[in-house]
Amino acid sequence: MKYVSEYRGAKLVHGVLVQINETVSRPWVLMEICGGQTHSIVRHGLDQLLPEEIELVHGPGCPVCVTSLELIDKALAIAAMPNVILASYGDMLRVPGSVRDLFSVRASGGDVRVIYSPLDAVKIARENPDREVVFFAIGFETTAPPNAMAVVQAKSLGLENFSMLVSHVRVPPAMHAILGSPSNRVQGFLAAGHVCAVMGYWEYGPIAEQYSVPIVVTGFEPLDIALGILRVVQLLEANQAVAENAYERAVTLEGNKPAQDLIQRVFEPCDRNWRGIGMIPGSGWCLRAEFSDYDAELRFDVEAIQPKESPLCIAGEILQGLKKPFDCTAFAKQCTPETPLGATMVSSEGACAAYYRYARLDVPESS
Amino acid sequence: MKEDQQDSVTIHGLVCPRPLSHEDTIVLGHGSGGRMTQRLIERTFYPPFENATLLRGDDAAVVETPAGGRLAVTTDGHIVSPLFFPGGDIGRLAVCGTANDLAMVGAQPRWMTASFIIEEGLPRFLLERVAQSMKEAAEEAGLIIVGGDTKVAERGKADGLFITTTGVGWIPAERDVSGANARPGDVVLVSGTIGDHGIAVLAARGELDFQAEVESDLAPLNSMVEAMFTVCPSIHVLRDPTRGGVATTLNEIARQSNAAIVLDEVAIPVRPAVDAACEMLGFDPLYVANEGKLLACVPPEDAEKVLAVMREMEYGADACQIGIVEDDPAGRVLMKTAIGGTRVIDVLAGEMLPRIC
Amino acid sequence: MCLGVPGKITEIFEMEGLKMGKVDFGGVVREACLEYVPEAKQGDYVVVHVGFAISILSEAEAQETLAMLREIVDIEDEVGPEVEA
Repeated sequence: MKYVSEYRGAKLVHGVLVQINETVSRPWVLMEICGGQTHSIVRHGLDQLLPEEIELVHGPGCPVCVTSLELIDKALAIAAMPNVILASYGDMLRVPGSVRDLFSVRASGGDVRVIYSPLDAVKIARENPDREVVFFAIGFETTAPPNAMAVVQAKSLGLENFSMLVSHVRVPPAMHAILGSPSNRVQGFLAAGHVCAVMGYWEYGPIAEQYSVPIVVTGFEPLDIALGILRVVQLLEANQAVAENAYERAVTLEGNKPAQDLIQRVFEPCDRNWRGIGMIPGSGWCLRAEFSDYDAELRFDVEAIQPKESPLCIAGEILQGLKKPFDCTAFAKQCTPETPLGATMVSSEGACAAYYRYARLDVPESS
Repeated sequence: MKEDQQDSVTIHGLVCPRPLSHEDTIVLGHGSGGRMTQRLIERTFYPPFENATLLRGDDAAVVETPAGGRLAVTTDGHIVSPLFFPGGDIGRLAVCGTANDLAMVGAQPRWMTASFIIEEGLPRFLLERVAQSMKEAAEEAGLIIVGGDTKVAERGKADGLFITTTGVGWIPAERDVSGANARPGDVVLVSGTIGDHGIAVLAARGELDFQAEVESDLAPLNSMVEAMFTVCPSIHVLRDPTRGGVATTLNEIARQSNAAIVLDEVAIPVRPAVDAACEMLGFDPLYVANEGKLLACVPPEDAEKVLAVMREMEYGADACQIGIVEDDPAGRVLMKTAIGGTRVIDVLAGEMLPRIC
Repeated sequence: MCLGVPGKITEIFEMEGLKMGKVDFGGVVREACLEYVPEAKQGDYVVVHVGFAISILSEAEAQETLAMLREIVDIEDEVGPEVEA
């Protein structure tokens, strides 16, 4: 595949790894804050090939994992209502709420449909005019323009049976929360390539300066990630806390203006609860008043269930890069991809799921 | 009927409504066991499956068993949507799936039965097409269909058609093939590209709205297996990686044999279109179903010969080595990635779903 | 959050007021919304995320990066690699 295969070749990746080895002179803690990057790193075994001095921690970059428990419980309650079709991205189906997940709601008769694109949800609404269609709109900034287009289309088509349950999260506030925390160990950041394709990376320069942390926009293939790591290490060794771009073929400083414009039109910043981390002010996007007719939280009267997390789950500390999945007593025992206790085991981009699938050699196997 | 009753209806002669003969659509009556069932079987199943044993029409088929060796028995339920997909259909799937299960224990498929649960409303011509497809697959696999059953389920309760089969095969005396027989040093072979069937069916289903230049690899593998045995009488393991894909199947073997299997990512054959579809949806080809492929563990000294013979067969043209069996870590499957890292390959956890991350 | 896959635009059309395209990912074709890449032309490669093109891939930038990297690797070949992989 063009633009993919060239970035997976062993020779070039090794060349960059050699460079990293030669550049690094002391231990550094780097964080990547994108589920797709976590997945790629662990799937290709890239972290094993890095020099010992580099510790790679995985940040809260999985929107599935950080969607608040209250919102998931709401989605489950709405999906269980008769006459509702809940349209959702595939990753969300297995995320555990306080009591169950969308899979089990489907098994008990709820109409839950997996969609690939938000426009598919709009299509379902058009094809089922006598049903209420609710689209579970989650994601970081990358998914915000597509999700926004869904509600704009619904409005322009005059659809009355379409609404969205919105759970958008933003990267910069999360970075502030992590870097500003007294227990922070992160010294360098790999910024999420596709988030930056949409938003640009002009927001990161000030963050880099404020916390003296270099930030490098990084892609997803092994070569891209190796390159991003190399650049961060070079900046760290040279004591330069700036933002740079190592994913030039897809990202520009300003980002995608039409996409940003539509995000602005449809969403406004709001406070959001990150599962496992807590409330981060201004870290979410919610529907503007103009689109409140399409807000599923307003349309459906759902009684708030007291959200209950498993006491064994340390997802919060893992999401902040303070602990690794292996540090969790329940990892690979009570908590597995089939029986997840927390969000990070659910989506294959959650750090725990990625480690379980790709890296779990020393942990005794659960049967 | 008296014609002179007051206030009565004028009768103009006897009228007896003759039952409609439901020729074109399957209705509940076809499953009742009576004349309609018999007619359905005679019209739809007997002609393509024609063989003496079947046509005897007894409650069970009586067959002659060869002397020596052992018998292998298998059963399978076949559910697929859509019923007809690029590269095959549920009928061919039923026959090939059964023949392949038998071939994977070194058996030569001989007899098969098929139970059809048909959804009320299925057009009869579809059933005929399925039966014809089964006949062709059976001929290719060298087995005969000696018995069957037909039931009709209410509309909405059988997704078109379900087929359950039982197959019996004969294992020549000297063969001992089992998932528990993999030995450190064995070479792991695959008979061709992986992930074709799963992606072809997913594309055909239409829910994810993509077109792929991919056909299912659905095929009976027993001829190829026989050819493999002629050059390597002591094949240790044969397994067909159906649901759960190559990854799940290799894990089964590793567990059964209490050995480790180490794969080489670069060696694993995947069609470009399957690769592209998996990339787009966020799937891993190692977990996607196959219906015309086999995995084999053979002694290292026989690997070249076995591969040569496979590559001459219709369904083994792309056969290659993808890994080896080792001692350690016992029961696990590892893979050396394209960039030289190592990755643990686990079984498929639940349903494979398209992801956004 | 970023499963974005590169694909080539083979056709551009309009559907319900939205600019759409047929995108070929290398043997697999799917429709994608091109509203966010208004300047995209047939033949361009785009990154597609959940059925939307979010960025046009710059061939020039890609070539530059790969050329730079190949230089690094060639140099390593001459000097000899030091990494224990």
